[in-house]
Amino acid sequence: MSTQGMILAGCDGDRTWRLQDYVARGGYSALRKIVADKTPQDNIIAELKASVLRGRGGAGFPTGLKWSFMPRSFPGDKYLACNSDEGEPGTFKDRDILRYNPHAVIEGMAIAAYAMGAARGYNYIHGEIFEIYQRFEEALAEAREAKLIGRNILGSDFSFELFAHHGYGAYICGEETALLESIEGKKGQPRFKPPFPASYGLYGKPTTINNTETFASVPFILNMGGEAFLNLGKPNNGGMKLFSVSGHVNRPGNYEIPLGTPFSELLEMAGGVRGGRKLKAVIPGGSSAPVLPADVIMGCTMDYDSISKAGSMLGSGAVIVMDETTCMVKALERLSYFYYEESCGQCTPCREGTGWLYKVVHRIEHGEGRPDDLDLLNSVTGNIMGRTICALGDAASMPVQSFIKHFASEFEYHIENKKCLVPPEVQHAGSNIYVSPSC
Amino acid sequence: MLEIEIDGQQVSVEDGSTVMDAAHQAGIYIPHFCYHKKLSIAANCRMCLVQVEKAPKPLPACATPVTAGMKVWTHSEAAVKAQKGVMEFLLINHPLDCPICDQGGECQLQDLAVGYGGVASRYQEEKRVVFNKNLGSLVSTDMTRCINCTRCVRFTVEIAGEMELGQAFRGEHAEIMPFIEKTVDSELSGNIIDLCPVGALTSKPFRFSARTWEMSRRRSVSPHDSLGANLIVQTKHDVVKRVLPLENEELNECWLSDKDRFSYEGLNSDERLTTPLIKQDGEWKAVDWQAALEFAASGLRGIAKDYGPAAIGALGSPHATVEELHLLQKLARGLGSGNVDFRLRQTDFRADAGRAGAPWLGMKVAETGELDRLLVVGSFLRKDHPLLAQRVRQATKRGLLVSVVGPNAEEWLLPVRARALVAPSALVDTLAQIVVALAAEKGVAIDERLSGFPAQAGDDARAIAASLASGRKVAVWLGNLAVQDQRAAELQLLANEIARLAGGTAGVIGEAANSVGGYLAGAVPSADGLDARQQIEQPRKAYVLLGAEPELDFADPAATVAALGGAQLVVALSAFVSPSLREVADVLLPVAPFAETSGTFVNAEGRAQSFVAVARPQGDTRPAWKVLRVLGNVLELAGFDYNDSEAVRDEALAGDIAARLDNRVDGVALSAVAAPAGALERVADVPIHFADPLVRRAPALQRTRDAAAPVARASRATLAALGLAGGERVRLAQGAARAELTIVADDKLADGCVRVAAAHPDTATLGALSGAISVERI
Amino acid sequence: MLSQESLQQIDREIAKYPPDQKQSAVMSALRIAQVEKGWLANETIEFVAGYLGMPAIAVYEVASFYNMYDLHPVGRHKITVCTNLPCALSGGVHVAEYLKEKLGIDFNETTPDGKFTLKEGECMGACGDAPVLLHNNHRMCSWMTREKIDQMLAELDGK
Ligand SMILES: Cc1cc2nc3c(=O)[nH]c(=O)nc-3n(C[C@H](O)[C@H](O)[C@H](O)COP(=O)(O)O)c2cc1C
Ligand code: SF4
Ligand code: FES
Repeated sequence: MSTQGMILAGCDGDRTWRLQDYVARGGYSALRKIVADKTPQDNIIAELKASVLRGRGGAGFPTGLKWSFMPRSFPGDKYLACNSDEGEPGTFKDRDILRYNPHAVIEGMAIAAYAMGAARGYNYIHGEIFEIYQRFEEALAEAREAKLIGRNILGSDFSFELFAHHGYGAYICGEETALLESIEGKKGQPRFKPPFPASYGLYGKPTTINNTETFASVPFILNMGGEAFLNLGKPNNGGMKLFSVSGHVNRPGNYEIPLGTPFSELLEMAGGVRGGRKLKAVIPGGSSAPVLPADVIMGCTMDYDSISKAGSMLGSGAVIVMDETTCMVKALERLSYFYYEESCGQCTPCREGTGWLYKVVHRIEHGEGRPDDLDLLNSVTGNIMGRTICALGDAASMPVQSFIKHFASEFEYHIENKKCLVPPEVQHAGSNIYVSPSC
Repeated sequence: MLEIEIDGQQVSVEDGSTVMDAAHQAGIYIPHFCYHKKLSIAANCRMCLVQVEKAPKPLPACATPVTAGMKVWTHSEAAVKAQKGVMEFLLINHPLDCPICDQGGECQLQDLAVGYGGVASRYQEEKRVVFNKNLGSLVSTDMTRCINCTRCVRFTVEIAGEMELGQAFRGEHAEIMPFIEKTVDSELSGNIIDLCPVGALTSKPFRFSARTWEMSRRRSVSPHDSLGANLIVQTKHDVVKRVLPLENEELNECWLSDKDRFSYEGLNSDERLTTPLIKQDGEWKAVDWQAALEFAASGLRGIAKDYGPAAIGALGSPHATVEELHLLQKLARGLGSGNVDFRLRQTDFRADAGRAGAPWLGMKVAETGELDRLLVVGSFLRKDHPLLAQRVRQATKRGLLVSVVGPNAEEWLLPVRARALVAPSALVDTLAQIVVALAAEKGVAIDERLSGFPAQAGDDARAIAASLASGRKVAVWLGNLAVQDQRAAELQLLANEIARLAGGTAGVIGEAANSVGGYLAGAVPSADGLDARQQIEQPRKAYVLLGAEPELDFADPAATVAALGGAQLVVALSAFVSPSLREVADVLLPVAPFAETSGTFVNAEGRAQSFVAVARPQGDTRPAWKVLRVLGNVLELAGFDYNDSEAVRDEALAGDIAARLDNRVDGVALSAVAAPAGALERVADVPIHFADPLVRRAPALQRTRDAAAPVARASRATLAALGLAGGERVRLAQGAARAELTIVADDKLADGCVRVAAAHPDTATLGALSGAISVERI
Repeated sequence: MLSQESLQQIDREIAKYPPDQKQSAVMSALRIAQVEKGWLANETIEFVAGYLGMPAIAVYEVASFYNMYDLHPVGRHKITVCTNLPCALSGGVHVAEYLKEKLGIDFNETTPDGKFTLKEGECMGACGDAPVLLHNNHRMCSWMTREKIDQMLAELDGK
């Protein structure tokens, strides 16, 4: 495990997830200070605004601003939800945060609860990481025992109950309102907004949802000060961020680096392209982010603004690296299948459109493409984007549009020649996506 | 109020309105599928996308709240492009075989596809196939056509009150279904057929029997419960093919109960009586009308001459029209007899002497939505009055607190705040307790008529009183059980008193389509006449029977069959023949059911609703009002020269109806009779699909769960006291009357009671709907 | 219907939510029921519905929506392989192919002896450890190679 960074700094031992170890690393000092000083809620939110911490779950919304939306004098319960549903292909940072430093999340949530006056919180944990869910439960027990959560935290009159909710296999539950529905014991189908969760959230009560990494950053920000955090990164892109690097690199894994670090440095940290091959393309922010060709990404720094300028999104910070052996049609086919499989089925464009997209890409990959298929794909994605209840529709469309845009010749070759531009043996040698019979 | 601009039109709409509401107000149509004004907003179909100024993407009109100064274009290029895009998605997996779809011609998808669909499908992949589901005998499925708008799901949850359908699986595999092997058993289930915008849910009885454009549509009024649901009856070649709701926001809204919707099948039953019959020497003989009427007239004249006119009784169904009941009483009175009644299942008529007017709901049906407290006494509300129950259900979501008194506590699918579960014999005492508790809550004295009544308020009564006392708009409703109770008059008196103390209204829900109309038509006994019960207990020599079946429509089937069977002459006007009618009657006159006659029903709120025939009477059937008119002529009675049914109605309902509605009763004494210790009491529900002769003969309804053969029910404690285990066959006895049923444990009943349905062939041999009953293991 | 122990576990889950929000425990309840019973039969779903005071179809909606629930019997060992892009780039599909070959079954099939069921999974949030697979929903196996698969199967075969 990397020992650099912020949240994961020093998390290379065996038991770094234990309360004792966290405290030894300086953990819970921020919460203790707040509770002891009775820090005004506004000061905390101001500190967060100063830090320019942007949500780490994908949308990059400024966290301090989001917190300020919570109604102050709401009679009755307010809720917090932590989004650890991490299901965006390529993203695996929250799992490591929960695995190695769960108390940072707990402390961050407790501080958030204090700042927003929330009485209860849930951490929604991705279905497939049951062991992590169990570990988080243990961490919660430790924190409760130490009076860091629960009634009268650290002897004060501040109380906050925190529980873990375990998902069971649905990418869509990462969407914040689907996540709330899921906690309510329903299918994870996103809600139409407005009303937004800050006014109508969990059980109809004001609710703030943040990503695991967002919450985990909070104690560090309060300890070092918002300004210092901002300065770790670059203007408008405050702080450190975890990047999950996967695919064709020598050392896949999480790298917590300052925002604004050149992509080339990140690639180097990850050991460079596997087998010394040539970089072909990178999806810089999780599968929903538009793919960028090698030359474009090599000119980027890893922060919201730079990646956005290049035509993609920093998203969750999941960097999927593809080398020259990758067939882009096949890569897109797999991603399209994912969105088709994971559409919640609620709204028409996504329910019907994701299947259509997959079927057409599948056809192209299997040598049955038609000359006007690329136009069709562009048109269908156009009819999905911006017309759905949640952003999954966009998420399913952006890969299609960007793959076609940047790798049109590969698609055209496929349609014309009924086979991959990248010869099967090359694909075999490099990428390990299966090679379909038609190739 | 907010000012917005929609398609260039300025509209001012209420805060909290949606763009869809605003468009509706401006008379602008926005295409939609999932949106329905009575259901929660799902915003899932995306058909209603519109362009909104400054919004980066099209927004769904159904879910987008209006904001001040908002500018909306519903048919701009951008809006139409979005709508067309959605339409294309809806059609890719939808079969394009409208000609073989039962929804063809009345399909929202088909209609909109014409305007918004592309020319040729760009979708060349295989279409999705979804297996059909068995939802029961009323709703047919063709699930491949489903567009997942979830209207049906939301209906079951929100309107019917029980989630019987869901959307299982996800993504493209999402499917609407009931839980495995379950059917949809709601008494309101047919509404999902109307709600379904495509041909996924269609009417099973109607399936493929006609196309919508081949049928004529006429308005009518439901002849069943006292709500007076408005109907559109569709006929083809004079046969009723289908019944749909005619929207009336004040009554049925856009809904119908399954009974209202599917009972029309009974119109075409094999048991329709289509020619006049007379019995001679024990043999039935078809005759022409002239002969039949003369036979009846001379018979009646003979009885009047031989035994005096008081030997004649006249009994009409509360499902008969105002015109029919008016002429029935006029006929009896013309013959000199004051023995007329239409309250066939009632047993206590003590209130008649002091009634201030016709008992009615005491309020408008639509005012249910404004109530904040409601006490329902003695009712099977959900099955007896499905749409009224639905209104109560909706009102509870807006804060209405419902209290219930009665021997039954079956599920109404609405929250009950407080309940007194008591045997029928304790109803009066329980209401008296509520009066006492309420008077204490309000700090006022009790009406002198009630003073001395030894009521010590128990916990349940106090809880109910406390709830009523805190209300702003309160109602007390007496249900069918209360009206049929042996001490109905006292219940009425007490209900009035509770309402008075709570500052609310007391009302009678009314059993049948014309429970109010019968009073207005004068179909109640004269001062010296006999009421329905007396006419049976003191058998007459002759009866004129209108639209009722002796063993199913009366308070005491065994006694009724005996009384009618022993009479010298029974003239029965009926739409149907049945073995019991053949047995007791001497003349059978085929009269038209509601669809084949004009007439009027006055519903629970006192609203007179007239309708005309939607089909020609079958065979030699004649409208009953005409038959009675001619019979009056043959008998040479005065005042029987009407040109049309309107003239009869105008005579019957002359004057201000509202002024004739009044629930007050005078001169009823409260008595403190204790129930005989240890005696079992019968509680009789009238099952929803057996309540009247028409619905009994509707085959699809008879195959629903609601029409399952009756069992006897008793609480576990009662069963234990009887030494019985649930599931055993028992013999039930009321005096000499007997029936055999299976008995089951049902803790939704007060102890000491046995619930045995009435109006069903299996229990028709029993006696009174209330009172003592005994049970023994066979 | 469910063991005392399972019911206790479900009760612990119910306690996490406000008293009038028992339904929130449905996902855990189904998971616990599935662990005990191996899969979710209709009776099990109905039981859970009754236990939580929910309509059966509402529970079925949940059970059919989340793909880790099994609405049909599965083998004693359910192996779910992630074949999503990041994993596929690092051999995820080869792992699946190898398992198919070794077990003689395709995705969504169970070996005739009822021991193994193979499923294709979506992203498990562990792409850095690719190829990954999930054993019986609850145990993640990382960096799978042929050797590790052989070893795993041999181990499970004995159980
Ligand atoms: C389809 C979809 C999937 C998402 N998945 C995740 C996820 O797995 N984790 C996450 O934190 N946010 C996810 N999001 C974003 C959340 O909706 C939400 O913006 C985020 O949790 C807010 O937290 P943040 O402001 O701290 O980023 C997803 C959004 C969509 C539309
Ligand atoms: S966009 Fe897809 S995932 Fe989102 S609500 Fe619509 S159907 Fe569900
Ligand atoms: S009617 Fe608005 S989305 Fe369906």
